[in-house]
Amino acid sequence: MPSTPIVRLENVSKFYGKVESLKNVSIEIGNNEIVGLIGDNGAGKSTLIKVLTGVEQPTSGTLYIHGKKIDAANYSVKEAHKLKIETVYQDSSLGEKQPLWRNFFVGRPITNRFGFIDVKEEKRIADQIMRTTIGFRGVGIDYDTPVSSLSGGERQGVAIGRAMYFDSDLIVLDEPTVALALKEVRKVLDFIRSIKTGGRSCIYIEHNIQHVYEVCDRLLVLDRGEIVLDKPTSSMTYDELINFLMSMHKIEETN
Amino acid sequence: MTAKKSNSEKTSLLVKLFSIEGAGTALVFIILILLFMFTAPRAFTGYRIYMSFMASVPPALIIALGLTLVASAGEMDLSFPATVAFGSYIFSMLFQQYEFTWIALFAAVMVGTLMGFINGWIITKLGIPSMIASLAMMFLWGGLVTIISNGISIAIPTIQATFFHTIMVGRIGGYFPAQMIWALAISAFIWLLLNRHPFGENILFIGDSEKVAKVVGIPVARERIKLFTLMGALSALAGVFLTVETNVYFSSQGQGYLLTVIAAVFIGGTSIFGGSGKVVGTVFAALIVAIIEAGLVASGIQGFWTRFFIGVVFILSVVMNNAIEDPDKVPLIKSIRLRMKR
Ligand SMILES: Nc1ncnc2c1ncn2[C@@H]1O[C@H](COP(=O)(O)OP(=O)(O)O)[C@@H](O)[C@H]1O
Ligand SMILES: [Mg+2]
Repeated sequence: MPSTPIVRLENVSKFYGKVESLKNVSIEIGNNEIVGLIGDNGAGKSTLIKVLTGVEQPTSGTLYIHGKKIDAANYSVKEAHKLKIETVYQDSSLGEKQPLWRNFFVGRPITNRFGFIDVKEEKRIADQIMRTTIGFRGVGIDYDTPVSSLSGGERQGVAIGRAMYFDSDLIVLDEPTVALALKEVRKVLDFIRSIKTGGRSCIYIEHNIQHVYEVCDRLLVLDRGEIVLDKPTSSMTYDELINFLMSMHKIEETN
Repeated sequence: MTAKKSNSEKTSLLVKLFSIEGAGTALVFIILILLFMFTAPRAFTGYRIYMSFMASVPPALIIALGLTLVASAGEMDLSFPATVAFGSYIFSMLFQQYEFTWIALFAAVMVGTLMGFINGWIITKLGIPSMIASLAMMFLWGGLVTIISNGISIAIPTIQATFFHTIMVGRIGGYFPAQMIWALAISAFIWLLLNRHPFGENILFIGDSEKVAKVVGIPVARERIKLFTLMGALSALAGVFLTVETNVYFSSQGQGYLLTVIAAVFIGGTSIFGGSGKVVGTVFAALIVAIIEAGLVASGIQGFWTRFFIGVVFILSVVMNNAIEDPDKVPLIKSIRLRMKR
């Protein structure tokens, strides 16, 4: 296995106006590992992901993907897709009014030689993803159904199915289980495990510490834009992790 | 039990029929024709009136097609009247001065394309909402075309003798206006663009949510600029059709289209919130707006009533299109349904 990490961030900072959402962040995501990213609301987790996946440009710092330095000016979601980095966002990455089949392929449609979308082929594959990969059975959902009539869990399923179909090296999940029933959460956790079995890597952002501890190989903790912990899960017990997170808040209070 | 079942089968067939794009708008169009056959039988059972409004509707239809794409992206363009005038001016001037026809058409569309590109650039790069920016650009371009043309109009009656005129707006078989064929061909092209081309898909997702569009890798700014560029090209082309049909340019030429074209887009069922566009609906709606005008005059009703009547049809069509999509979208229908359930 090659030892170059899939992604490396070096001293990355990100300002939104005067708010510094990321402060000098340096991390690596290796091959075939599940990395849990923990932090309070507003800690900068989503910002970190956005910088990593080309949605936002960092204010300063450098990004390496597969060992190659990325030119921030030319980095974009499209570029990230080409480098096989895929994201599932918490507040959905799906077009509400659009049918499912469009949502699977938007941004990288299957086209015929005239440059038009091969609707038949896209629908066929969408159907296949829905039935085999994410297991949508019955309940009146098909590839023509608009996203607006799906439940939160079904939406995550579609986004996850899309990420799997495009065969990514790194799949980023930004709070995929928010607003999901417990049974559906289990499904997502199983999916995360299957990412690793498939030889891929995953960044998993989650509020439920127990879930993170359960599936992740490594833990990253963000606190107000700074990385305050970066350790293999095996190096600490669950209680130690909880204590660490609690102590973080204590420091905050005494400040 | 069985009666209930067949009843629901009937309603599902109806639902299917009305989920065909533009079906509701087409129905309104047919009802209007039937209505006018009743109020103005002499005119509406003959073919002449249909030929005459098929000669007059294409410029408005071509603009409305472009605006349907713009609205699908959740945007607006109010500058098109000026672009229409510009296209008309460039064409008339080049024809009058040099007797250019095809070159004049090409030049007019190019100028419209450039104007549209500038509109798009201002909207995306200066970050001005399209409604505001395009209103400003209507003044700017409209002012500019009046300055360049010295405020005078241009008559080009000799265009009628050209082969170009025959191709563009000739009467096929002595009756059928060629421009309607062109307009329908453009309609088919725009339908394909919106519903079957990646550009159209990108537009729909941008209109749905800019945030989602970014996240799935759509180059939002670039697609917006392309969209307004296309709108400019179509508006100028409409201007050329208008001037070739009427043999005249004047600087306020496009202004009459502003409200009726916007009306046609939304009568056709395109959402003002973006994310959905109904090209077939727009085609029928453009016909509706034109036929109301022709129908009322033929019925001997004073021209003042036209706008009133368009307003009535406008409200009814929008309500109908909403109800077809989801009856609960119309609060009145929703409350009636709830009351009936109780
Ligand atoms: N688009 C934005 N514009 C301005 N501020 C933002 C934007 N996105 C995030 N922020 C700010 O950056 C900080 C980190 O946000 P975020 O990365 O979303 O946190 P998390 O995902 O950890 O909850 C917050 O203070 C938030 O208000
Ligand atoms: Mg977040």
